[in-house]
Amino acid sequence: MNIDKDLVAAMATPLVLAILVEGTSYGYAILKRVRELSGGDVEWTDGMLYPLLHRLERLGYIGAEWGASPEGRRRRYYEITEAGRAQLVEQRTQWATANRTLGALWGQTASPAGA
Amino acid sequence: MTVTIVETRISEWRAAVLRGGAVADTDADELEGHLREQISDLEAVGLTGDEAFLIAVKRLGEVHQITAEFAREHGDRLWKQLAIPRPNDGRLRSIVTMLAFAASTAVLVQLARMLTAMPGASEAWFVRDVSLFVLPVLAAYFALVRRMPGRRALVAVTVVGALALAVNLFPFADGASTEALVAIHLPVALWFVVGAAYMGGDIRASARRMDFIRFTGEWAIYYALIALGGGVLVGLTIAVLTPIAPGAVVQVITWVLPSGAAGAVVVAAWLVEEKKSVIENLAPVLTAIFTPLFAVMLLGSAVVYGVVGSGREFDRDLLFVFDLLLLVVLGLVVYGISARDGARGAGAMDAVRLVAVVAAIALDVLVLASMFERVGEFGFTANRVAALGLNLVLLVNLTGTAWLTLRLLTGRGQAIRIERWQTGYLPVFAAWVAVVVLALPPIFGFA
Repeated sequence: MNIDKDLVAAMATPLVLAILVEGTSYGYAILKRVRELSGGDVEWTDGMLYPLLHRLERLGYIGAEWGASPEGRRRRYYEITEAGRAQLVEQRTQWATANRTLGALWGQTASPAGA
Repeated sequence: MTVTIVETRISEWRAAVLRGGAVADTDADELEGHLREQISDLEAVGLTGDEAFLIAVKRLGEVHQITAEFAREHGDRLWKQLAIPRPNDGRLRSIVTMLAFAASTAVLVQLARMLTAMPGASEAWFVRDVSLFVLPVLAAYFALVRRMPGRRALVAVTVVGALALAVNLFPFADGASTEALVAIHLPVALWFVVGAAYMGGDIRASARRMDFIRFTGEWAIYYALIALGGGVLVGLTIAVLTPIAPGAVVQVITWVLPSGAAGAVVVAAWLVEEKKSVIENLAPVLTAIFTPLFAVMLLGSAVVYGVVGSGREFDRDLLFVFDLLLLVVLGLVVYGISARDGARGAGAMDAVRLVAVVAAIALDVLVLASMFERVGEFGFTANRVAALGLNLVLLVNLTGTAWLTLRLLTGRGQAIRIERWQTGYLPVFAAWVAVVVLALPPIFGFA
């Protein structure tokens, strides 16, 4: 199943913030985690993650720091900030509302495929 | 083997990402780190380096999409790229060198101005010799930057020295018209020395000469822009200072103006070299706007002059006006040729250029004919010879240009021939200027 591009874009911020709540991480690992969580259903052009990370950094939701991988490769590690946590809580309520609203309609009927 | 291929591909990809300036070096590091990690993961499951690279790049996304996304997030970078060059060692040295030369000429002009105040010196001397305090500095700057070979540099120094000596040893009469002619032509003669230095002494190559022609046009645009800004600055300074310190105005005009004008000569030259891409977009646009306008103006004037005749008010001032007109037309034509894509065939712009040149020639021939009619009546003077000579030099050039443009338009010649004609003609201009500076004053008894 392919998820609509706009929906992926809307999900991007809470997804990245929620992954960073689990602990400090870096670009490649964040994308791996996204793939793992969605079972490959959320298709993300890898390169687009970095401008997003920079925007979140500019907004103060995450902090960034250069470090090194265990193999000695240079890596930029990202860490969620207090403002980021607050933002995630806010996003979470919004998604919960959206989920509840749609679920109220769809929960009682059969899935659109008719299965 | 494969390892090096992958490394080459990664560095090519990195260069492509960095192009355009939206992605900073550190961002490229981050992206490259991602790419490498993805490649080694894919290799771990059995793919070859080449295959792993292809898939990893595909996952990262199209380079232009990535850079567009970075540009959206970091819009300021693109502007900085244009306005302030990223400071690195080479660039810093280039700026410092340029500023040192600009400051030298600014100081030299002040020295010259103070010498004028000494007994025995005159205003006329300053006006005549001021270019000697500016343009040789610019030539020296290029000789240094372009690493002009020592022997050729020596020739340039000798030429400047000879010009300076001759001009200052000539016993000009008070208010001599030959002195005024020298004041006008000496900067042009020195500009050719600047050209020799600009070409690093390699003055025979047609392509290098074309570069110099292009440089001259772009330098003029930059200088005009700086002059415009400087004019506003000085004007406002005077307006602000006048109420509280009227005396300061004189100081501004005597100190800031000459030094600024001299320093800007070097700064403009540096800008042409540093910011080539900015003006390269402007030059074709400017010629595209003004060539047709001048064509219309020239055509209209030619018709009016043809019907009415050159009139009884004709005098040598009019000849000067026509010299100026021909110079502007020539400048427009040469600049247009330098901006045109040599590989392209004839276009509408070439036709417009031909109209402008032919109209200018027709106009000039009308004026010249009536000039020759009267020359017996008034005899030759230095001014008249200078104007007439320049007129003939320009006329020959424009006739050649018209002929070659016609051949181009009828498909019997190539654009490169016009370029060669112009670059080959440069020594004729240089020779004529040398004649005016060095030969005319003695011939006319320094009057």
